[in-house]
Amino acid sequence: MLDAEFFRRWLTAAAARVDREADRLTELDSAIGDADHGTNMQRGFTAVTAALDKESPQTPGAALTLAGRQLISTVGGASGPLYGTLLRRTGKALGDDAEVTPCQLADALRTGVAAVAQLGGAKAGDKTMLDALEPAVAALGDSTESFAAAREAAEAGALATVPLQARKGRASYLGERSIGHQDPGATSSALLIAALAEVAG
Amino acid sequence: MRMLINVPETVVADALRGMAAAHPELSVDVENRVIVRRDAPVAGKVGLVSGGGSGHEPLHGGFVGPGMLAAACPGEVFTSPVPDQMVRAAAAVDSGEGVLFVVKNYTGDVLNFDMAAELAEDEGVRLAKVLVNDDVAVTDSLYTAGRRGTGATLFVEKIAGAAAEEGAPLERVESIARQVNENSRSFGVALSASTTPAKGSPTFDLPPGELELGIGIHGEPGRERRPMMTSREIADFAVNAVLEDLPPTSPVIVLVNGMGATPLLELYGFNAEVQRVLSERRVPVVRTLVGNYVTSLDMAGCSVTLCQVDEELLRLWDAPVETPALRWGR
Repeated sequence: MLDAEFFRRWLTAAAARVDREADRLTELDSAIGDADHGTNMQRGFTAVTAALDKESPQTPGAALTLAGRQLISTVGGASGPLYGTLLRRTGKALGDDAEVTPCQLADALRTGVAAVAQLGGAKAGDKTMLDALEPAVAALGDSTESFAAAREAAEAGALATVPLQARKGRASYLGERSIGHQDPGATSSALLIAALAEVAG
Repeated sequence: MRMLINVPETVVADALRGMAAAHPELSVDVENRVIVRRDAPVAGKVGLVSGGGSGHEPLHGGFVGPGMLAAACPGEVFTSPVPDQMVRAAAAVDSGEGVLFVVKNYTGDVLNFDMAAELAEDEGVRLAKVLVNDDVAVTDSLYTAGRRGTGATLFVEKIAGAAAEEGAPLERVESIARQVNENSRSFGVALSASTTPAKGSPTFDLPPGELELGIGIHGEPGRERRPMMTSREIADFAVNAVLEDLPPTSPVIVLVNGMGATPLLELYGFNAEVQRVLSERRVPVVRTLVGNYVTSLDMAGCSVTLCQVDEELLRLWDAPVETPALRWGR
């Protein structure tokens, strides 16, 4: 079973990864965006860890919705609403239970990812976060062991954005010139899933 | 990196403190990042609120004041503001007559303003939104996020702002804003990439002797790269791209806009070429504005925006305005 403490560790691990990889995310974003994805995610996840320390949410759902709200209030750009929605909707889907099963988390994450797809009007193949998130949630099963598979699927998905032409977000303005670059949003999404596998392992 | 900054993390806050010192006629909330005209909310008037990433100065904070915006929300550099800012701005300027959000079509701006609209409406603010999408360089909206909002933002904010100042109701201010956007088209050219403080180096490589055609305002590369062209050739290309998209049916207001690092000497020279093309194409020009208004940090280059106007829109354009960056007739 996964309790609020597990979710706090997941979000903290995600923040650490975003911190470590911020320069790389910004570098990827400078190729097809405007060179701020790392900085923005870093600002958002710093706020998330501060809020978790301050409010110490008691349920998995509360931890995720709190984190989502922080991202919406601090990140800006498209990443704020999209990542905020991912965590908030996943948190809401988990409800008020003090502990959840890996299977419940998998279902809730699928709801969160669907909400991201709806908000951004995007689908897999558009060279966005969804290219990492969709394969990740597809790989999730009813055990924490499946988190490792999700991590591999997310990383493969992020890598698979390289040959794609962007159809959403600012990168879409580059047309064919967006081909050949890894999508920064898919890359940060893979970080989030990798952090999940890390704390589960 | 050679920039006039302390550290990248505080550039926006530092700029807002400096802006507050220079413009006591504005109320600048540095912590919450909202710039409001000091007399807001103005009884009986619709409040125009806009915002977007910082780095486009004077857009939008420089357009706050009587006759234009009631409030502006600056985000981080090239990053849209967060919903909390718009909600705060809407509450500050709502006199009960409602608020119009002027939103540039970029995914981040659209998503954050949408979230803000929902929250502000929950708090009882009557809200309308207009999306600015004037950039003809983006043609295939099926496979992109749609046309970007660029130079036309100034026309929408000025003309709809004048209508709000006259006391027009929300529905009317909104429909005028929409009309201005539909009547406006832009095309931009970059002669150099811009440098964001966070990255500290140019956001894309533009070799000497080349230029980017069809750029937006966020340091992103354009649609096409070509060997450097003359001012005359660029004007032909840009104006024709605009007119091809919106065939001329009425007189136009011209905005020749600098991207931040191009001197007025060049912009005026470019304007001469723009006026020549328009005259050759027999498009009457009723007003012209030349300067740095919708910029992209230190990018060199320019954009041309044409706004087709009738008598009513021209009258609203000429109406008094008193903001840090645009000021006449009062």
